[in-house]
Amino acid sequence: MTRKALSQALPLIPSSVMIGVFFLIPFVLILLASVATLTPEGDMAYGFDLSHFERFLSWFYIQRALFSAGMCALIAVLSLLIAFPFTYMLTTFSDRAKKIWLIYILAQLSLSEVLIAFSWQILLSRTAGLGNILEWVGIAEKSFAMAPSAGAVIAALVYLAVPFAVLLLYPALSRMDRSLIEAARTLGTSPLRSFFTIVIPVNRSAIVSSSVTIFVLTLGAIIVPQVLGSPEHWTLSVLITDQAIFNFNLPFASALAVVLLILSASVIGLVMRFSGGEK
Amino acid sequence: MSGLEISNVSKHYGAVTAVNDVNLRFNKGEMICFLGPSGCGKTTLLRMIAGLEEPTSGTIHFEGRDLTHVPVHKRNIGMVFQSFALFPHLSVGENIAYSMKIRGHSRAEREDRVRELLDMIHLPGIEDRRISQLSGGQRQRVAIARALALNPEIFLLDEPMSALDANLREAMQIELRKLQQELGITTVVVTHDQTEAMTMADNIVVMGKAKVLQSGKPLDIYKSPVDKFVAGFIGTSNLLPATFSGNGAVGFGATDVKYSAANGSFANGEQVLLMTRPEEIFVHKASETRPENAIEGTVTFVRDIGATIEILVDCNGYEVISVLTPKDDPDVHVGTKVFVEMPPAACSVLAA
Repeated sequence: MTRKALSQALPLIPSSVMIGVFFLIPFVLILLASVATLTPEGDMAYGFDLSHFERFLSWFYIQRALFSAGMCALIAVLSLLIAFPFTYMLTTFSDRAKKIWLIYILAQLSLSEVLIAFSWQILLSRTAGLGNILEWVGIAEKSFAMAPSAGAVIAALVYLAVPFAVLLLYPALSRMDRSLIEAARTLGTSPLRSFFTIVIPVNRSAIVSSSVTIFVLTLGAIIVPQVLGSPEHWTLSVLITDQAIFNFNLPFASALAVVLLILSASVIGLVMRFSGGEK
Repeated sequence: MSGLEISNVSKHYGAVTAVNDVNLRFNKGEMICFLGPSGCGKTTLLRMIAGLEEPTSGTIHFEGRDLTHVPVHKRNIGMVFQSFALFPHLSVGENIAYSMKIRGHSRAEREDRVRELLDMIHLPGIEDRRISQLSGGQRQRVAIARALALNPEIFLLDEPMSALDANLREAMQIELRKLQQELGITTVVVTHDQTEAMTMADNIVVMGKAKVLQSGKPLDIYKSPVDKFVAGFIGTSNLLPATFSGNGAVGFGATDVKYSAANGSFANGEQVLLMTRPEEIFVHKASETRPENAIEGTVTFVRDIGATIEILVDCNGYEVISVLTPKDDPDVHVGTKVFVEMPPAACSVLAA
């Protein structure tokens, strides 16, 4: 290796080591574990055993995988529906107002998933939640529990995802040339229509990449589905935790993790391919 | 028939006054240039005509119709933005046809009009290209075509040449002017380039510090600017401090200089400015007979570029520039003592 090539490679070593030690090696271990055999003593022996993947191929697990993907896609869409118009409005605020909002949103991110899950549990409970307000206002005859339910899981995950979506969309939206909207207006477009014909398409790549990020992020959520959902609302991530921690079946948990990884990788790939086609 | 009427229009942003009590009248079909340094309020005034800003007070009429509070998208205007503001997600053809699509014109109609407009801007056959594939000059033409797609009543351009390089700029000025005359469309151009304004405009509005300083035909403004700011902004001018002495003359040092026009009335002994244009004054060697209406000075710089000769003369510590044709070449060098002849017709008096 020449001196020049060496000096170029040198700065990359620390980061390569970091990625290797903390990401690549664990990933290889998971791959190995997913094809390992579970011994009767509950230990695992490395080998090449595809039985865990075969076990996944039952309707129960496929259904769980599809449910997870579907629910997270829905959450991504809902989050974007809330975050995009809000972020667009945020970029028109004064600098001071912008700063305050962004600080508030960043602070929101520091709340842990656990805290959010249990807060929503109270909020949706029969005795101390929204149901009581509905009863008081007279919309509902009697207070009722809104959790556990799919709606509760989705609501809490959207709540969790919206600040991320805002922060992901903000750079693109604040960089957008405002005169594009003005130009559309001078060409006879109403404000609402210019939002749909200009603002959204111009920011399409930012919308796509934040949706994918939200999708992947919520796919990995464990606590919210467990706390606010009944077992039929559990995502693949919850099942992985269940297998790894409570059933001591590391090989099967690893196999499920590999499936989850393939699932999210193929969604990212598909979306990138689909949205990159017109660029 | 009255065209564009701007009456008592002001625009305030908090304590800042962007446009201060502007009154202007233009005929239909004229090309108007708002000329001034940055921050003089010219763009704000243009945006108020477009409807992108609402005047704090005053009214804007076009052909007797009050436009003041009509929203942008209901005014029949076409606007070219400084950045051109072409839609990056649409092709050239889709950009040009955008307004027609919004108004519900059929696909065939749109395609015909796009072809027609691309021919007009001398870029036929590029309707399927992406905006990112176009050069700066092409983008400007496409922006013009897009703005004109629906035959607007008023055509507005905000610093349209600022993104182009110098050569292209000159060609586009002429082309834009030709196009405007062909279409007979009332056009307002904002610029800080006086040559651009002189090239294109029927009427120039010189603005400074949120106010209209002078408006009129380009040559009228050039020949009799109302004050030193306008004189300095439109063309090059020589401004010499002088004392008003009545009898159609001002005193510069010990010399009396006759003038033909005075902008304002002045008292005897008042300090004024004597203004001349470089191409209207002459330089003679001091060894020759002293011409009438001449002041003395020393040559400090000569620039002979063939077609014209520029001579800088130091007169009592003030610099005077004279631009001569080769036939009037006085054959002087740096250090030559000279007379600077200022024919009375070339001299006008401005407030100091």
